[in-house]
Amino acid sequence: MLFTKSAPKENLIVRGARVLDPVEGVDAQVDVRIDDGVIAELGSNLPQNSHKVIEGSGLVLAPAFVDPHVHLRTPGREDEETIGTGTQAAAAGGYCAILAMPNTEPVVDSAAVLGALVDQAQKEAQVQVGFLAAISKGQEGSELTEMGELADEGAVGFTDDGRPVVATSLMWRALQYASITDRPIAVHCEDPTLSRGGHMREGVVSAELGIGGWPSIAESVMVERDLALALYESRTLHLMHLSAQASVEALRRAHADGVRATAEVTPHHLVLTDEAVRTLDPNVKMNPPLGAEDDRKALVEALRDGTIACVATDHAPHSREEKEVPFEEAPFGVTGLETAFAALHTHLVDPGLLPLETLLERMSTGPARAYGLERPRIAVGAPANLVLLDPNASWQVTEKGFRSRSANSWLLGKTLKGRVRLTVATGRVVYES
Amino acid sequence: MGDLHVMRDDLRPPNPPPTRHLISIGDLAREDVERLLATARTFERSLDREMKKLPTLRGRLVINVFYESSTRTSSSFELAAKRLSADTMSIKASGSAVDKGESLKDTAITLGAYDPDVIVLRHPQIGAPQLVARVTEARIINAGDGKHQHPTQALLDLYTIQEQFGRIEGLHVAIVGDVLHSRVARSNIQALILLGARVTLVGPPSLLPRGIEEMGCESTTDIDVIGSADVVYVLRMQKERMLEGANYVPSLREYTARWGVTPERLRPGQKVMHPGPMNRGVEIDPLVADAADALIATQVRAGLVVRMAVLYDLLTTGPKPVEAEVPMGVA
Repeated sequence: MLFTKSAPKENLIVRGARVLDPVEGVDAQVDVRIDDGVIAELGSNLPQNSHKVIEGSGLVLAPAFVDPHVHLRTPGREDEETIGTGTQAAAAGGYCAILAMPNTEPVVDSAAVLGALVDQAQKEAQVQVGFLAAISKGQEGSELTEMGELADEGAVGFTDDGRPVVATSLMWRALQYASITDRPIAVHCEDPTLSRGGHMREGVVSAELGIGGWPSIAESVMVERDLALALYESRTLHLMHLSAQASVEALRRAHADGVRATAEVTPHHLVLTDEAVRTLDPNVKMNPPLGAEDDRKALVEALRDGTIACVATDHAPHSREEKEVPFEEAPFGVTGLETAFAALHTHLVDPGLLPLETLLERMSTGPARAYGLERPRIAVGAPANLVLLDPNASWQVTEKGFRSRSANSWLLGKTLKGRVRLTVATGRVVYES
Repeated sequence: MGDLHVMRDDLRPPNPPPTRHLISIGDLAREDVERLLATARTFERSLDREMKKLPTLRGRLVINVFYESSTRTSSSFELAAKRLSADTMSIKASGSAVDKGESLKDTAITLGAYDPDVIVLRHPQIGAPQLVARVTEARIINAGDGKHQHPTQALLDLYTIQEQFGRIEGLHVAIVGDVLHSRVARSNIQALILLGARVTLVGPPSLLPRGIEEMGCESTTDIDVIGSADVVYVLRMQKERMLEGANYVPSLREYTARWGVTPERLRPGQKVMHPGPMNRGVEIDPLVADAADALIATQVRAGLVVRMAVLYDLLTTGPKPVEAEVPMGVA
């Protein structure tokens, strides 16, 4: 279900790093030897042989990250991102695998479109890519896609992301029918009759600025609906990019009722609030919009306690001219692959709001499990999917520094603490700084 | 989280000069407003003279750019600039390169090439004035950006109230109607509160934005409260900004019955204002609009002198009394 270009595996030794895999229960300063792309040994003073040695003292070596929500803009908007540039950006962000959304032009709603993407990924993907296929043909919300064939072709899950599944009956059928595959349904929760005309979260700031409000209930009523359907059908469900306190509370209640739902949250919803919209910077315009401080706190708490098990970037590249317009004219979405770890390390881990171990787990194991993928881990015999992190490095986010083809980041000009030094994906060094 | 204002690296001038703009009432301190009102009063006296033109801004260029229709704002800015001897140009979106799909950024860069001292901008979207400010050297006056702000309207309203009552501090102003879609309401709430007035918003629940009270005003759906206000400020029902099928109110008929400003709902002598254009018979009864206590025509006259004051103030170096600067003997 995950595809990458074939390349020779490497022989490496990472020496002297703090090796940290919270799920495996590993936290020790040891050397890690990688033979032909597979973790071969953890120990002290490992012989160098012909291995490339990477000095890791003062750094943290952890399982590489998995991003469950990326827009690669291919096919259709290769001026904004390609599989090549998007996976280079992912490598720079410490990711060994990313999942691409199907809201492209054309939509990924047939085996033919999906097959072409798989071929392309096998030629140019620097890290593994999984593709979600659409729930409805053309994401138009009326006819189901051929989920059986799409799953056979390698679809990692189904979503109409970018758009909600408006008709309750279609969502119900999708949950029922997808059970013939073992792939999850992932939902963008938004009642468009409530969010219509909205460019930011409805609240004190939208009232003052006079910008059309997108109320938090536009998300939470759909979260409640979809959780009720998942409970009724005893099916799993993945809730994408949650942004509202009421959604988190609904998910917590559903978990208590035994619903097997997973959820993701983005760095921007964990760090920013609607107050940021006062800058009128189109790079703080996203869907769902930034919430109030109560929403942000609830999301951080849910990420901490595991109600939300995944960090997702919702990396959404946009061309410069699309974002160089007044706020309401600008499209929704910001990039995030290259800044996710640093942003959350700076704003949550460094101030003591979230343990580093928890962040690492939510950026790697959580997303892998939500989609039934093999999780990156640091254990003998496991494929080397590793990230070497420098928790103390300060760096400034600049337009020139991005590997992504787009630079619509909410962090432009900001200084962050925590940096990816090295990414190993499927046994190969894909990024080194 | 610190300062989140993000600007593209290559658009930032190396040492940005302290250009002053008037984009929001929030840009102004109370003393700035008081200075502008005093300047406007000086200009009002100058307009009583036979020769009404002042040489103050001779050689300066003021460009009016209107992406939305306007009668009173565009005409009063143009006349204000001419009364101060500035050169003026007026550009409307229709009939310009905007029709050919030119972006606001490119239009602004084009106009900026003429080195205008001031660009007066009306645009249907918030943030448009800041975008123009980033790509030109001109001072920007916001003549209305979407539903956000219309600061010169609020200043002329303050001027009108000040001239009528001799003060603003302590007055009670009821703002009635479609607050949700109104940039005039947002600017006036800020301006009136800045000068110490008490503001009550009155209207249907769907047209009173959630959380608006955080700006320091009160809000109610009860129209009867307008009877206790010193000034009743009537807002236009902005049908052109309303989403189709949004059901803000069941019908204009029901709106008028519940929230229309009628003689029966007013005390004798109560002052009524409206930013125009009016929907007579919808938000305001024609008898109220034409009554002696309506300050509506006064507002329009105030618009001229207040906009002269704003142009003058932005083009002089800052807070100083206007008397010294306006030559009284004009050729």
